[in-house]
Amino acid sequence: MTRLLDHPILGKLPERKAISFQFDGKNYEAYENETIAAALLANGVRTLRLHEESGKPRGIYCNIGHCMECRVTVNGQPNVRACLTIVQQGMVVESGKQLPNAIKRMEEG
Amino acid sequence: MSDVIVIGAGPAGLAGAIACAEFGLKVTVLDEFFRPGGRLLGQLYEEPSGNWWNGIKEAERLQQKTKDLAIDVRCGVSVFNLEKDELLWNVHTNAGSMKASYVLVATGSAEYPIPVPGWTLPGVMSIGAAQVMTNVHRVQVGKKGIIIGANILAFAILTELQLAGIQVDRIVLPEKSPISQEAGEPEEVLKSLLSAAHLAPSLLLRFGSVFMKNGLLRKIALNFYPKGGMKISGTPLQLRKAAMEIVGKKQVEGVRVVDITPNGATVPGSDKIYEADFVCIAGGLYPLTEITAVAGCPFQFVPELGGHIPVHSEWMETPLQGLFVAGNITGIEGGKIAMAQGTVAGLAIVKRSGKEAGSIDRLLQKSVDYVRDVRQHAPIQFNPGVDEGRQTMKELWVSKYGKEGKVIS
Repeated sequence: MTRLLDHPILGKLPERKAISFQFDGKNYEAYENETIAAALLANGVRTLRLHEESGKPRGIYCNIGHCMECRVTVNGQPNVRACLTIVQQGMVVESGKQLPNAIKRMEEG
Repeated sequence: MSDVIVIGAGPAGLAGAIACAEFGLKVTVLDEFFRPGGRLLGQLYEEPSGNWWNGIKEAERLQQKTKDLAIDVRCGVSVFNLEKDELLWNVHTNAGSMKASYVLVATGSAEYPIPVPGWTLPGVMSIGAAQVMTNVHRVQVGKKGIIIGANILAFAILTELQLAGIQVDRIVLPEKSPISQEAGEPEEVLKSLLSAAHLAPSLLLRFGSVFMKNGLLRKIALNFYPKGGMKISGTPLQLRKAAMEIVGKKQVEGVRVVDITPNGATVPGSDKIYEADFVCIAGGLYPLTEITAVAGCPFQFVPELGGHIPVHSEWMETPLQGLFVAGNITGIEGGKIAMAQGTVAGLAIVKRSGKEAGSIDRLLQKSVDYVRDVRQHAPIQFNPGVDEGRQTMKELWVSKYGKEGKVIS
């Protein structure tokens, strides 16, 4: 998705410094003061994690910190909300992964 | 130590903090978001006067005032517990705990989700999420979207998406279910839309105002509701269609929509998939009250105000000494009303602190009157029964705790 650089009422976005960060081992460009969620969406990335149990893809839902759907791992810290966290130069972001389910395995086995 | 801790840096919280600081109280404001403004950020609409209400500008104006008054505004701080020891309120946050004599809770509201099948697919978001992404972060949410749910907030944000050049293909209702309730019934939706002043004209022109006051005739009108929908600033509003499922493999690819009768029953065999790369769910707003519940504040269910509301007086005081509320936590209304309520709460805290004995009673009364005045002139009314809702809460307070300003023990 593209950034909305110009807007009929809100005007032009001010010049911002470009920075780079990593998401799942890949480098992306962001701008200063962007959230992780906004920077990833601007790069066309909607999926931020796989559901721990079902493995189904998830992205932002509420975008203001209420729903916890956008939780990612940031510089090793798990369960950080991508919609509230400002991306920093060199930040390492990882998506949430499907987790093994011991009980289910026992049932299946 | 601060005299006052304000939870929430939105219109109510900032206005409350400013009112306190103007009388010399030391104030700390906490907010989870990375910049102050709360849900002012992103609001953008043309007022009847022709001026644009730009929430970002309003937030910046309030932020400047907090700087001028040396208010300590801390962003990126989440409050998870609120409790009182013998004298002071303890506010527990992810950045440590702090104490104050007075706490103003101005946490605003959250959106009701409507769990349409497929709603967890990336590309599905709440309507408010699209607003913030578009107007605050300035990133396009998608190329072509569908809004599920027809209410005031959905229309306000529809206009904002269009302004930013984002195509919204159509607005449909959610499937009628125990969760969507009236939001899935065309007749109920039409009734609520007719009470929204800025939408009513186009709907009334179509059907005639006399008809629409009568329930039976409203039903007849819906029977003749155009199949393709009626356009609301260019986007068809399809009151006789419901979203059954959001489809897509790894992200949103479209919405399966079905025809519905005026009371929301689906018409078998009328399914059709409309392509979209994003979907907004507009379920309406509810007061975000958890932290007052944790603190032990009593609640009252007032549907006109949006749900369960912490009991409070017209001075925005709760029955828990030193705990105040303002803004959407007290009922779903617009940002200007939240600001006016914040001022009331701030002045009430000033009065309780004993800082200003002389003029405070008069100022407080004026601020209470001003809230009513702003409400009367509000361009967007979220619930037509809001006046009755406010009256209910006022009467409840007076019957339980006596007249405004009586000292609570």
